[in-house]
Amino acid sequence: MNSPAEIKDRIKREEEIWRQECLGRKAVPEERSTSGLPLKIVYTPLDLDLIEFSEKIGFPGKYPFTRGVYPTMYRGNFWTMRQYAGFATPEETNRRYKNLLAQGQPGLSVAFDLPTQCGYDSDNPLIEEEVGKVGVAVDTLRDMEIIFEGIPLDRITTSFTINPTASIILAMYIAVAEKQGVPVAKIGGTLQNDILKEYLARGTQIFPPRPSLRLIADLIEYCKDHVPKMNTISISGYHVREAGANAIQEVAYCLSSAVVYVEEVLKRGMGIDEFAPRLSFIFSCGLDLFEEVAKFRAARQLWAEIAKEKFGARDPRSMMLRFFAGTMASCYTAREPLNNIVRATVCALSGILGGVNALHVTGYDEAYATPTEDSTRMALRVQQILAYETGISKVADPLGGSYYLESLTERMAREISQVMKKIEEDGGMLACIEKGKIQQAVLQQAYETTKAIQKGEKVRVGENRFQAKDIREPDLALQKADADVLRHQVESLRRVKAERDEQKVREALAQVKEAASSAQNLLPSLIQAVKVYATNGEMVNALKEVFGEYKEAGNL
Amino acid sequence: MEEKKIPIRVLIAKPGLDGHDMGAKVVVRALRDAGMEAIYTGLRQSVDQIIRAAVQEDVDVIGLSVLSGAHLGLAEKTLKKLKEERVEDKLLILGGVIPREDVPRLKEIGVAEVFPVGSLFTDIVAFLEKAVKK
Repeated sequence: MNSPAEIKDRIKREEEIWRQECLGRKAVPEERSTSGLPLKIVYTPLDLDLIEFSEKIGFPGKYPFTRGVYPTMYRGNFWTMRQYAGFATPEETNRRYKNLLAQGQPGLSVAFDLPTQCGYDSDNPLIEEEVGKVGVAVDTLRDMEIIFEGIPLDRITTSFTINPTASIILAMYIAVAEKQGVPVAKIGGTLQNDILKEYLARGTQIFPPRPSLRLIADLIEYCKDHVPKMNTISISGYHVREAGANAIQEVAYCLSSAVVYVEEVLKRGMGIDEFAPRLSFIFSCGLDLFEEVAKFRAARQLWAEIAKEKFGARDPRSMMLRFFAGTMASCYTAREPLNNIVRATVCALSGILGGVNALHVTGYDEAYATPTEDSTRMALRVQQILAYETGISKVADPLGGSYYLESLTERMAREISQVMKKIEEDGGMLACIEKGKIQQAVLQQAYETTKAIQKGEKVRVGENRFQAKDIREPDLALQKADADVLRHQVESLRRVKAERDEQKVREALAQVKEAASSAQNLLPSLIQAVKVYATNGEMVNALKEVFGEYKEAGNL
Repeated sequence: MEEKKIPIRVLIAKPGLDGHDMGAKVVVRALRDAGMEAIYTGLRQSVDQIIRAAVQEDVDVIGLSVLSGAHLGLAEKTLKKLKEERVEDKLLILGGVIPREDVPRLKEIGVAEVFPVGSLFTDIVAFLEKAVKK
């Protein structure tokens, strides 16, 4: 009878014979994964040898959740197909949402314009070209009331892509619920609310790091008691990845940021299980299929360990890494744009095989246009075809057990841990951001990748290799600044300001400043301020007076 | 004896609210690797701030990184301001998401060159080395 040791020895011998017979003296080129991990020619059961099934792999829906956060994963319930989209005016947004709801989509996603995200009102002349451009303009509670007019907040969930001003937007959403007579305890959704990645890669930050963390902890604490169905934060690796980080850094920076947020909240005396179940994550789906699947599995495993071992979580829901992902747009080309549908499919596949919980597929025209109806529909079709026509959703963690994948998962987990350890040694994620270390590392990576593309070492089919002679890049189809949107918003805002009680606004803003200067939770005073129609800009300015403004880490 | 070349000085700027600055930052790196002195303004710069920095740093070139579609308006404003401040000898170049069909108009109003997404570092460097009189 063959014992495991005997089987192992036999495989070892067979591998040796294979090398001699089939490889001989042939020089085989070395290969590495996109993030630089060395890859063998082929993997065997011997590569699984070191990985403990029960400790590290296990079953879906159970610690360490490597194979997925839910026991049956997509059998019965696909991942959420949530395509991110933005509309210019609150009225247009309301119309579009009513359409979507009529079509049976109960999950809304709000994209805000840059002035709203950065704390400027639509009537500020400095930013007039940006009003309503990349999303809806929200200056006061009035705009939020219009967006959700006729949409009962207890029948939907809403995802808000908003960061430094997340508490202001939440305050408005709460005020709308109260006006509708909906108990605030029944409203739900997700707030992005992840300031650290703004400093690193997205750029809508307003205040310096420490007061920003305070705002985030205030929101998490307030929601624990009053808005328990709200996912309070979406800790993101996606943006720093698109800015140039590799897959290992993406997870390391994201989880290290999560550690900062958790520690900030724990300082207030809350138990980990009181808020961790409502933390969520955002990752990217890249083209290196196996590395991406390994990445997601490693991320889940590592978070589970951090929650349990480092923070002492007892509730399994605190250990479950639930994530939304977007297919990586930086790998798309402007030339031969239909090729991007193939890229989108491979990226989406990596997310699905990796156990994603909600997915956005980027439109094929991303490199040169704001999405058209055609490209948006195509993006949704990628998800639907993968869901309904391929059968890949029928088995949880279908690639689990692949000698290659398990080996790569373990290796990714180790590499990610190394990077995280270095960050801890350097003072933690916040300190590293303040010192500019993460920014340097990401820039270095981005620079190397760009040079590799320009030299043709990193292939982009149709663009730097196999270029068709008589095809040129499509014309850029940019969204022109809409003067009507600006006019509409400015007029809307003027009317709100004319009708509100200025005295009450002044008092409310004074309260906000007082709360900001003390240790009081800022949500109650912000809710009060939005109810008297203080503007986004006014509230942000009040906070700026107390918190100051962020100054970018000097040395590039 | 070989004359020591005075390095070309370039200011790379991000006007407006857009926070995507990796393109601007990698260009700064590439210019430095080519022996130029490149300075990055950081995010959310107004045209006034950009010109002021350009004068303070005594640069030869200003590069605007624009992804928002506002390139024509921004180029016009910047060129007007350069004239007002009597520093028209500074070259203005643009990078980012710039439609092909807008390039002739941009050059007409005085933009020295446009480097849309995908432009090679070597091309940018070669252009500046030729265009800047030192």
